[in-house]
Amino acid sequence: METVKVTINDIEVEVNANSTILEAAKMVDIQIPTLCYLNLEGFDIANQTASCRVCVVEVEGRPALVPSCAEIVTDGMVVRTDSPKAIAARRTNVELLLSNHPKECLTCSKNLECELQELAQRLGVMEISYEGERMLHEIDHSSLSLVKDPEKCIMCRRCETMCNEVQTCGILSAVSRGFAAHVGPAFHLNMVDTSCTFCGQCVAVCPTGALTEVNNVRSVVAALNDPTKHVVAQVAPAIRVAIGEMFDMDPGTISTGQLATSLRRLGFDGVFDTDFAADLTILEEASELVHRLENNGRLPILTSCCPAWVRFIEHQFPDLLDIPSTCKSPQMMFGAIAKTYYAKKVGLDPKDIVVVSIMPCLAKKTEAAREEMDIDHMHNVDLVLTTREFGAMLKEAGTNFAHLPVGEFDSILGESTGAAVIFGTTGGVIEAAVRTAYEWITGDELENVEFKQLRGLEGIRSATVEIGDKSLNIGIAHGLGNARKLLEEIREGKSNYHAIEIMACPGGCIGGGGQPYHHGDMEILRKRQEAIYREDAGMKVRKSHKNQEVLKLYEEFLGEPYGDRAHKLLHTHYSPKERI
Amino acid sequence: MERSKLAKVKLPKEKLVELDAFIDSLEDKEGLLIHILHKAQEIFGYLSLEVQLYISKRLDIPAAKVFGVVSFYSYFTQEPRGKHTISMCMGTACFVKGSEQILETFCNELGVKSGETSKDGLFTIKDVRCIGACGLAPVAMIDDKVYGHLTVESVKEILDEYRKEEQNENQHSESVI
Repeated sequence: METVKVTINDIEVEVNANSTILEAAKMVDIQIPTLCYLNLEGFDIANQTASCRVCVVEVEGRPALVPSCAEIVTDGMVVRTDSPKAIAARRTNVELLLSNHPKECLTCSKNLECELQELAQRLGVMEISYEGERMLHEIDHSSLSLVKDPEKCIMCRRCETMCNEVQTCGILSAVSRGFAAHVGPAFHLNMVDTSCTFCGQCVAVCPTGALTEVNNVRSVVAALNDPTKHVVAQVAPAIRVAIGEMFDMDPGTISTGQLATSLRRLGFDGVFDTDFAADLTILEEASELVHRLENNGRLPILTSCCPAWVRFIEHQFPDLLDIPSTCKSPQMMFGAIAKTYYAKKVGLDPKDIVVVSIMPCLAKKTEAAREEMDIDHMHNVDLVLTTREFGAMLKEAGTNFAHLPVGEFDSILGESTGAAVIFGTTGGVIEAAVRTAYEWITGDELENVEFKQLRGLEGIRSATVEIGDKSLNIGIAHGLGNARKLLEEIREGKSNYHAIEIMACPGGCIGGGGQPYHHGDMEILRKRQEAIYREDAGMKVRKSHKNQEVLKLYEEFLGEPYGDRAHKLLHTHYSPKERI
Repeated sequence: MERSKLAKVKLPKEKLVELDAFIDSLEDKEGLLIHILHKAQEIFGYLSLEVQLYISKRLDIPAAKVFGVVSFYSYFTQEPRGKHTISMCMGTACFVKGSEQILETFCNELGVKSGETSKDGLFTIKDVRCIGACGLAPVAMIDDKVYGHLTVESVKEILDEYRKEEQNENQHSESVI
């Protein structure tokens, strides 16, 4: 590759000819502050609008300052990133942003996680010299998943890049002009009235408090303090490899045992694991796969664990609603079992049971209220907290999470296998399904359970798995733009897959919209993924159909997998929705 | 905005056919969104939500993107326009000659704000940048006709002329029936 020589703050460096000044500076450990810029390395996701002008630097021979995030280096270029002129301009630009920003940092849900706040501190903004009119907008509280507060928007367009280029949902766009300009949906619609999937990737990358999750912490605390309620918790697989980050533990630290203990100390009456329901999901989904294979059913089968993905297909591909598996997601299966089987076992009226989910996800909040999943007009799941909300709840309670003793999940909805843990990352659901389908179809014991060809972080992956005399073509996509490509192949009749796993978020649930903020550091996601596979490898039982509590559930209550009662409680249906 | 509160307009079939024919005649459809929006406004008079949604589906681009463009350019209108459009020049020369007061007089006379349409549907008033008739400042255009050296008094007279003309037309059409 062609290289050029540039001088940055008197340091000479040789870099690829297509590098930006920002990238070149990074090579010699010179930090240039950025705000709108976002580059999720390895995921092919970049926001390079150069709209905030926070990264400006001086280039010799150029009369005006240039944005280093977008300016490509040239041979012999001489750059100063630390000149008084550049530093003053950055501070001015941040002051200008702040002059049109509600300065309510103390009560903002993004307090201490806000990149604008951090920048103001770093650039030594002590006063805002520009007073004047401030743009006023209504806060959008319409959905159960996310809150949009355009007054805190700085027009960095990161959310727009995520929504349009990565997720291809096209909900968010810059609208109006001049002072009234902001990012929002078509026709100023409420988010709930759009085809938003509530994947929450816009929230994951928003530098300020303009996009945040709907906070349910108060409601959960109230339920825990209501003596008439029996409150049970379930924890999704991806939480155990991420929540530690909120307590200064290294990314990729596994804290399953601390999670169980922390929930018990908060006063939950039942401390359970969504992994239990993930194993249950595999029994249903693998049964459905085998059923479709043996009965010339519709192929490929698509996984249905991810509620953002489910909304995506309903709004964007309403003609393909017969291909996703009819299985509810593990979160919803858990709720359905908690309010039937478990309620009976502990002798409680299901109306007195409150099911709380800890999820890496914003879409799970909306999924919990899907009426077609209700049982006797009762939601399966009552309250959903993101990893971040749960972490905040623990901090509020003064929990020293990193030092908690290791605890266990409660029986009878707490046992899980390695197959369930890997649901937390892209490729995991389908690998878990293959482990079970293999043994069911061949009748042989599967010795090596690790299907490495299904693993990784590439956006679209495919592999052929030999199961006895059958070859199963498997596709995997994470990120909805990648999912769209596979769906278009199916629509055009060009797809030869038997089964496809789709997750809306880049990386799968480890990269969910409700996870601790990664602030653009994709190394964190890689470490979470490694931790997921490490946790799986350390489990004694690694196949879902060997989960004894799940088997007991079938024996005592559900009957056959994919049978009548399972259908009533564990399966659902989809309906076409408008695209807007 | 709630979805149910958005006005619903049924698009006349013959106008859709005209728009379709125009879109079909273009080679690179996506790059020509603005071009298509201009044509659509010419055909329908304004860009209703339904027209924007129709174009979004026809071109397979998100409605938010279409709306982004429509809400960006002041030339596009999302509301029905009055029978006559008053374009009040707010360019430098007109501004110095008191165009602000003239605009205010127009608005008070019509009982609307700039950008809105009078209740009787006769006038839409908007403020525009220099229209290149500075010698006549302060100046306004009503449809294609230029009115120069405007004063508070002449504004009322001009509006009355249009109103009288409208009355005559109505009487004429009634007598025909």
